Amino acid sequence: MAQHSAKGAQFQAVTGNRLVDGEVVYFTASGAWAEAFDAAAIAEGGEAADALLAQASPADIEAHVLDPYLFEVIALDDGSYLPASVRETIRAKGPTIRPDLGKQAAQESA
Amino acid sequence: MYRYDEFDHKLVADRVEQFRGQVARRMDGSLSEDAFKPLRLMNGVYLQLHAYMLRVAIPYGTLSSKQMRMLAHIARKYDRGYGHFTTRQNIQYNWPALKDIPDLLDELAGVEMHAIQTSGNCIRNVTSDQYAGAIDGEVEDPRIISEIIRQWSTFHPEFSYLPRKFKIAVTGHENDRAAIKLHDIGIVIAQNQAGETGYEVHVGGGQGRTPFIAKKLADFVPAAQLLAYLEAVMRVYNMLGRRDNSYKARIKILVHETGEEEMRRLVEAEFAKIDASQMLSLPQAELERIAAYFAPPAFAELPATSDKFEAARAEDAAFAHWVKTNVVAHKQPGYAIVNISLKPIGGVPGDASDTQIDCVADIAEQYSFDELRVTHEQNLTLPHVRLDDVKAVYDALAAHDLATPNLGLISDAIACPGLDYCNLANARSIPLAQDISTRFADLDRQYDIGELKVKISGCINACGHHHVGHIGILGVDKKGTEFYQISLGGAADETASLGDITGRAFTEDTIVDAVEILVETYLDQRQTGERFIDTYRRVGMAPFKERLYAE
Repeated sequence: MAQHSAKGAQFQAVTGNRLVDGEVVYFTASGAWAEAFDAAAIAEGGEAADALLAQASPADIEAHVLDPYLFEVIALDDGSYLPASVRETIRAKGPTIRPDLGKQAAQESA
Repeated sequence: MYRYDEFDHKLVADRVEQFRGQVARRMDGSLSEDAFKPLRLMNGVYLQLHAYMLRVAIPYGTLSSKQMRMLAHIARKYDRGYGHFTTRQNIQYNWPALKDIPDLLDELAGVEMHAIQTSGNCIRNVTSDQYAGAIDGEVEDPRIISEIIRQWSTFHPEFSYLPRKFKIAVTGHENDRAAIKLHDIGIVIAQNQAGETGYEVHVGGGQGRTPFIAKKLADFVPAAQLLAYLEAVMRVYNMLGRRDNSYKARIKILVHETGEEEMRRLVEAEFAKIDASQMLSLPQAELERIAAYFAPPAFAELPATSDKFEAARAEDAAFAHWVKTNVVAHKQPGYAIVNISLKPIGGVPGDASDTQIDCVADIAEQYSFDELRVTHEQNLTLPHVRLDDVKAVYDALAAHDLATPNLGLISDAIACPGLDYCNLANARSIPLAQDISTRFADLDRQYDIGELKVKISGCINACGHHHVGHIGILGVDKKGTEFYQISLGGAADETASLGDITGRAFTEDTIVDAVEILVETYLDQRQTGERFIDTYRRVGMAPFKERLYAE
């Protein structure tokens, strides 16, 4: 697994792909998995991040979500967060070349 | 075209049912992901950024209309209305749900297609010349031996657990359109002085992290000995290929580290061990049975020229332009080879919608003996069109945005899916292809520039063939941001060469300008009749580099 957070990243979240259809999902504060990045639980600091990943990766994780991992997010002034890398931005939205596909399509029509 | 026999049918049908059971056990939790992953990969199912991806094999790039229609049906029913034709003559679907894939494969098997051996450390889909059986000057239709190799390599027990994946390409023509020297094994069909057909065998080519041009290990392997010779190559690789480091596991590394001479000696020693009386070679009747599937279609006796075709060319300038770039002479008088560009200006290289796929299927059925081809440059080919019908074909294609007149020009770039889809990618490649084709949209300018092969990969695995682009572009990641490295002077044809890196990488905002500077430099430097690659080979890197990095 490639590294998806810079060393010493301040904010991180946990993501994976759903087994049944491969959909990108995020681990939420209530311990569930959601399709929208906005629902992701944000951990501040390395220890909190490790704890979040551990919480998201119980032994039976394989039943529904594949390979959860931590990735870096950045905090905006308005209190919201965005994925730090191009890769995670694309996972959170969809292919940049097809705005009609992926999560961005649903967000657009919503 | 080859038709499945009862064994082929059973093989594929059994595999679908086996996979159905595996998917069901994965869903109910009785198979772990670690156990399931190699099983799904053996059936062409990858997990990408947004979803699963299914890679369907198109053996040596040949399809019937019925098969093509099934590809459209699958795009509609199981995907998001489109498919992506790849540099290995396959088609990939970007959004199938795992739970639906067994049904999808079942439908695919109904038209004699599958996704077996499109992933994993086995012998992959055999690729070949898209002009097979249609171009003049062919020694033999390369699809015959390609089909034999396909059958030999399918579920071959000895070669199902190789150190790494293994790709074979075949050409029957001196002009290599199958990039055979960039394959693990590249085969050129040849004739000896006695007029017998045999095979020139090149081994150890490849791209990726460590690119190499294949070394010619044999000038002429007699036809009856080819499978045994391939077996000898595979055995040497299976025994000596590295399994400790996946980056060094391809046969190209073995050939490089062993040396060409020693590799040849090892293969010949292995070949000598094969008992001549038990050598695997096809009975004549079976050979003839397979060859008969690739017999030329029932061409009509026609004059070499067509008044209808010439009149249309004189009347319609857009048609004339398209003919100039996309239509190629056929070996049969009165026929033409028609290329369909999947590179509309600003479009996604290799993508086709379900309606476009259906449209091409209809045209192939009506005008090209029910046959079409996929090219490694991510385009389609109608191999046998009457000159009289070329205008009608053009009109039908144009109605579906499939008549872009740019084959071989700068806007006909190869691009891998890149970071828009791919889990391995470091950078996006499709937007670059779109931006370059938009920048150079003007046809007169493209014609003035002439043949220019741009090839773009979103990571070092080089699915976009950047090492062999006249202009190659490699996407790299620097701390989560995309950068693009340029190489010049690569070629994938019979003059195969690997590109040289120009220097420091460019940002997304400056890469298209950089390409334009390279094109302008070529236009300034070129002598009469020179293509970009010719000029580069004559003048070298210096003038390009100087302009590219001028402050």
